[in-house]
Amino acid sequence: MGTTVISTEKTVTRPKGIAKGGRFNGGRTRGTGGRGPGGGGGGGDDGSGHLTPDHRYKIGMWVALASIMMLFTALTSAYIVRSRLGTASDWQPVPIPRMIWLSTSLIILSSATFEAARRFIKRGDDRGYRRWLMATVALGLAFLATQLLAWRELVAQGIYLASNPHSSFFYLLTGVHGLHLLGGILMLGLLLARAWGSRRRDERTSARQRDSVEAVALYWHFMDGLWIYLFLLLFLWR
Amino acid sequence: MGRALALLIWLLTIGSVALFFAGWWFPPSISEYGPSIDSQFLITIIVVGLAFTAAQVGLGYTLWRYRDNKSVERATYSHGNNRLEIVWTVITAIIFIGLGVMGQRVWARLHFQSAPANAFHIEVVAQQFQWNFHYPGADNKLGSTKPELISDSSLNFIGLDDKDPNSTDDSVVSTLIVPLNRPVELTMRSKDVTHDLWVPQLRIKQDVVPGMNIKLHFTANQVGQYEVACAELCGQLHYKMRANMLVLPENEHAELMAMPQAKFQSRMNELLKKYPLPPGK
Amino acid sequence: MAEAETTHGVQGEAHDEAHAGVHRHPAPTNFIRKYIFSIDHKVIGIQYILLALVSVFVGMFLSVLMRLRLTWSEQAWPGLATLFPLGAKGGVMLPEFYLSLVTMHGTMMVFFVLTTAPQGGFGNYFLPIQIGADDMAFPNLNMMSFWVTLLGFLVLVLAIFAEGTGTVAGWFSAKPSGTIGPIGGWTSYPTLSAIGARAGPGQGMGQNLWIISIAIFCVGSLLGALNFITTLINMRCRGMSLMRMPLTCWAWFTTAVLALLAFPVLLGGGILLLLDRVAETSFFIPGGLVVSDTLLTNHKGGSPILWQHLFWFFGHPEVYIAILPGMGATSHILATFARKPVFGYRAMVFAMFGIGLLGFFVWGHHMFMSGMSPYSGMAFSILTLSIGVPSAIKTFNWLGTMWGGKIRFVSPMLYAIGFVSLFVAGGITGLVLGQTSLDLPMHDTYFVLAHFHLVMGVAAIFGMFAGISFWFPKMFGRMMSERLGKLHFWITFTGVYCIFVPMHIMGIVGMPRRYAQFTEYEFLKSLHPLVVFVTIAVIVTAITQLVFLFNFIWSMFKGEKAGDNPWEATSLEWAIPSPPPHDNFAGIPPVVYRGPYEYSVPGAPDDFIMQTEPDPTEAGGSAHGARDSVAGRGTGNGHNGHKH
Repeated sequence: MGTTVISTEKTVTRPKGIAKGGRFNGGRTRGTGGRGPGGGGGGGDDGSGHLTPDHRYKIGMWVALASIMMLFTALTSAYIVRSRLGTASDWQPVPIPRMIWLSTSLIILSSATFEAARRFIKRGDDRGYRRWLMATVALGLAFLATQLLAWRELVAQGIYLASNPHSSFFYLLTGVHGLHLLGGILMLGLLLARAWGSRRRDERTSARQRDSVEAVALYWHFMDGLWIYLFLLLFLWR
Repeated sequence: MGRALALLIWLLTIGSVALFFAGWWFPPSISEYGPSIDSQFLITIIVVGLAFTAAQVGLGYTLWRYRDNKSVERATYSHGNNRLEIVWTVITAIIFIGLGVMGQRVWARLHFQSAPANAFHIEVVAQQFQWNFHYPGADNKLGSTKPELISDSSLNFIGLDDKDPNSTDDSVVSTLIVPLNRPVELTMRSKDVTHDLWVPQLRIKQDVVPGMNIKLHFTANQVGQYEVACAELCGQLHYKMRANMLVLPENEHAELMAMPQAKFQSRMNELLKKYPLPPGK
Repeated sequence: MAEAETTHGVQGEAHDEAHAGVHRHPAPTNFIRKYIFSIDHKVIGIQYILLALVSVFVGMFLSVLMRLRLTWSEQAWPGLATLFPLGAKGGVMLPEFYLSLVTMHGTMMVFFVLTTAPQGGFGNYFLPIQIGADDMAFPNLNMMSFWVTLLGFLVLVLAIFAEGTGTVAGWFSAKPSGTIGPIGGWTSYPTLSAIGARAGPGQGMGQNLWIISIAIFCVGSLLGALNFITTLINMRCRGMSLMRMPLTCWAWFTTAVLALLAFPVLLGGGILLLLDRVAETSFFIPGGLVVSDTLLTNHKGGSPILWQHLFWFFGHPEVYIAILPGMGATSHILATFARKPVFGYRAMVFAMFGIGLLGFFVWGHHMFMSGMSPYSGMAFSILTLSIGVPSAIKTFNWLGTMWGGKIRFVSPMLYAIGFVSLFVAGGITGLVLGQTSLDLPMHDTYFVLAHFHLVMGVAAIFGMFAGISFWFPKMFGRMMSERLGKLHFWITFTGVYCIFVPMHIMGIVGMPRRYAQFTEYEFLKSLHPLVVFVTIAVIVTAITQLVFLFNFIWSMFKGEKAGDNPWEATSLEWAIPSPPPHDNFAGIPPVVYRGPYEYSVPGAPDDFIMQTEPDPTEAGGSAHGARDSVAGRGTGNGHNGHKH
């Protein structure tokens, strides 16, 4: 008794419709019993046996972004609290390094090039996709380089990590953002490797590829937006 | 098995409740906050005790009554009852939040009423592992202090500035001395790490945080000697960061406070002997 | 963190094409890929459980030492000096050694036991199976999260040995090295934790390593949480609508959401604290401090309370991260052995969400005495007491589940009942501590200690006992010894009441936490008999845990063979062999037809109907009910979901 072991035969029933409440539910159930296997909404039958179509990279990315957002929310709240605590001699906002303007334009531009890459992959143009992806990588690296130059600019003025709380936050926030962006560049690298790697492609793998491009695009634009937010926070809230 | 477990749960419930009647309780209160905190605590602990007992007895009863008796009859098939859910949600919400609202009264009195104008001011400076209490002396003015002047080795624990004329008659000792039935306001700060000033008989506790001046006011209404403890982990000898509190009749207090630094300590020691600490059982 | 997903995608691509979505990764053949660097969620789950088992025994050993130190402070203990040459010179434990025991006990238990086993362990093993998936959404990421967590554990262990000679390297030298870890407690409040070695022994490199360990742990937990959420959203099998998931899945999901949003805040706080320590910034350190008679000149303007806000914004959700999986397992197990559907399934789900949501708005109740604005204190107090409401709803529903049941008292059920009893006993005193006024006398006393140990410590551990004994047959294909399980339950259940109820009394009298001994205060002397009583209870209970350990290991090899569904339960894990095959469902994704707790359904042939059992109305309208449809299902013909 109770041995409803899953059959190992390949024929699997995949009923699409919705059956009405089972006869054993006696009409007293609310929600947890009853209804047929379709419960929870239609859902794409993509051969995976899953209720919903496979968007794991994109969903996973949204989830990851939520947690990254919490990290920066925490640091922002610390920033705001700390800025209120400081006395005039303590809280000394750093001047905007000139390089920052350049790096900001670079990262905005990189979002645009990524969008171009995405348009090419949608059209199925692999060469264009790769080209624009490489442009994005280059812009990402250039952004990191200009951020480092911005740090050098401040160091040349004698402003270090521990000089005052605003400079601490400046180095910290740009640094943490830079690390995350570096992660984004690695992801772009993987997309590139994959774009070169696989010639043969069926519908399923291209769906996977679309999903991962979408995911990385999310991340990249988020990093772009995050930088603009940090820029405003660091140089408007002083 | 069901019956045995039910009995064990009931036994543990009786034992737990009984322990609360075994004679251990708060030390007698000596501040204006004491009676209301004690009565609020009593009300809460009765509610808590009743809820605890009811839940455990009910749990035991369920286990006793619905143990598998090997009969052919099946368990009741039920997915729940929305009316019941609403009833118990509303009832618990009223009780719980009601207690929460009641519990704000003393808090409000402590934090939203400032100390009365005739309050006696004491500066408290905590350090690893010692309490320093700074008294104004005959001029009733606290002298200024500077962190640079602090030197434990030369016994200037709080960095009292000798150049300030208000400082000359000030005394700094490690005993908290307060007058009977007169409001006292403490201004508390810490030299190094977070401490917490706590006198169980006063029923109040307050963190002493580096970088902050935190005020606390109370009125002691019972002459005698009490213990001051540190209630926030402050390092290696946290358990030893102890001081005495002396509640003195108004005249003895005034007399002691008017004494110059040189005589303050010896007179204080006499008073500590006069009002000894009741020994623990 | 997302790199690894993509990595997996690249690797996964080749055989995705070959198997068209049946196996996403082939069964590993060599030992290392199979048991060490495995990407199989089941192996990773067991790895987490073993890690928790190691930490829980270390943590418990530390707590026994703490009790010994508290009760017989000056006693020299034979053998201790060899183990801890600095901390227990001549066998007598130093006060700073006591505090490092406190810190290590708290950190190990909270992070590496309560956060790993219930979520990373059982969740990893059973979430994919219970929703009908062949693995987690990102198996490589899953492996990484375990190894990152293990790294965090190793760094924490290093922290104990870091002090004394100044560096970790000293440990390898011939000199007797330090055995005093950080002494700041698991909360590590600055400035004690921020001003370095001059704050006291253990606060130098040991404290740095503590922070690094916690930061690493945060990363590991975040990777795990990301995986859990994605898996649950995207990998449910056909028919597994949200309201058909077992309550365990809801619990793991809610826990993952809490972890996802809480751990980044601790990570942020940890970075700031580390910078204050090593880079001389001033986030938490105010100016003008004089420590050990030295004026600190390189810091100014910071606030120690800022850390407390960041820490407790994480810290309070952490309490629910520890307890929610236990709640899920308890609901699941109570229904199974009461042979009844869970009472108020929806109410349980909403209560769980309510707890999770409110859990983010009550952190201030840890800080009533901190010098925080008293107005905030009032708001936090009311919110705190309202979080008791969903907790009470859960308790009522557990009782409702058992009421009218036909309760089978096997050891998993005993532990689950123990969970309910202890959750009530520990949780209810939150009504005292949540009130601002009553926190004045109670804050940082043994009353608090008793409260949170019962509710988030012991109750959660009982949830784990319940989980292990319930799922053991599935994980290892053998039953645990029922006799040993019962022996362990009776003593442990009685023991924890004897340990923690007296601590409430100590708190009322006023005994402060984190004191290395109680000899300094007259008003604590009357408590001596209770202190001795608790210590004896601790020793007896601790020794009893060896019974559990023995049972665990012995049953793995010698236990009675278990069938596929020894408990006659309904959820998906019981529809597959014990132990499950490499990809859980042998390549055939299951289809789910009903809710997870269809026990004692009137008219059904057995007193349980599995989730995979098709509705008889669909199986050709057979009047004989479920049995026929099981037979019919194997051939997979006829019922394509068209209504009859």
